[in-house]
Amino acid sequence: MVRARNLSKRFDTRRIFDKVDIDLDVGGFLLVTGPNGSGKTTLLRVLAGLAAPTGGELELPVRGEIGYLGHEPLVYKQLTPHENLTLFARLYRVPDREQRIRSLLERFALWDVRDKEVATFSRGMQQRLGLGRVLLHEPKLLILDEPFNALDTAGAALLDEELATRSARAVVVATHDPERVEGLATERLGFA
Amino acid sequence: MRYLSDVAALTRKDLLLELRAKETIPAMLLFVLSALTIFHFAIPRGSSDVAALGLLWVAIVFTSLLGLTRAFVPEREQGLMDALVLAPCDRSTIWLGKTIAVIAFLGIAEVVALPAFTLFFSGLTLKTVAAVALADIGIAAVGTLTGAMAVAGRARELIQPLLFLPLSIPVIVGGIGASATAGPKFLLFLALYDTVFVLLSWAAFDFVAAEA
Repeated sequence: MVRARNLSKRFDTRRIFDKVDIDLDVGGFLLVTGPNGSGKTTLLRVLAGLAAPTGGELELPVRGEIGYLGHEPLVYKQLTPHENLTLFARLYRVPDREQRIRSLLERFALWDVRDKEVATFSRGMQQRLGLGRVLLHEPKLLILDEPFNALDTAGAALLDEELATRSARAVVVATHDPERVEGLATERLGFA
Repeated sequence: MRYLSDVAALTRKDLLLELRAKETIPAMLLFVLSALTIFHFAIPRGSSDVAALGLLWVAIVFTSLLGLTRAFVPEREQGLMDALVLAPCDRSTIWLGKTIAVIAFLGIAEVVALPAFTLFFSGLTLKTVAAVALADIGIAAVGTLTGAMAVAGRARELIQPLLFLPLSIPVIVGGIGASATAGPKFLLFLALYDTVFVLLSWAAFDFVAAEA
């Protein structure tokens, strides 16, 4: 699913990370830890195909099979949850679009507010919608950058459940709080 | 067919965003009306119609710059280019959807600006209106591409005008030429500009989006 050999990334002369090796298969869970500014986010962006590595070899699933949730929920705040998910469902060619959107909105407790603008939501609700967006097309590789940061207790419990039942996909999570997902990790990568 | 369906979804999104936010079109309308009013009082009485037409084109280009500067604001502020470029659709659909929305915004601004121009200055020929319509296509195509480039850069507010204004010079030349001279030569020039820059922008957007 993900193979990286001697992966490195530099911005001009500044080294972000160097000689990273990753082997991650379906069902695998890579936990990336490290302090702020250590290169976790850059690595995740490289693994999502959003940034090019400056060295090494990288093998990834094709574009539509990756789900990426960064520090922002990556949803349009002037649109409603239903409009956001409809847009991305169309772009990702999700089958049974309406049914899939409804099931995700219900699962993330957003069905009752499906026609309200996202700008009126709390950060936790926006993050839940971001999770709905990233799971919409059932990605084979799920990449989450500090996913628990903005989530409330209920949202975090839903994410725990999603990560625990990941059999059909590989997961990469970067977090400050490794204890929360330590038990799920099959691979670990620490940045100093 | 899928390509067009993706373009329709993205255009609808941009139109909906403007409908909700009501930021870009009111700003463009206010700007173009203010500019025409200032020009009305600034140019001396008895100046030629060609001079007035030149000012119309200046107003159109700077009004479009105002709209183009805001074109990628939602994507830039909320990091949404990441979500769009990860989708398995052709990346040029993002450019085309945005370009169509920009043409719609420009069209709305001009529906108000052109009658205002006839009120302040002189009447407009059908050829000038056709030149404005052709110019809108080129302006939106080039401006949307430079807008996406600006998203990737650090000094975004500076990059957009620095890239767009030199590329819009042929539009002004063609527009004034079409308005002030007989024959279809300058309309054909604008059509050629549109063809070249639509194709270039369409082909280049994939690379620009990868960096944004």
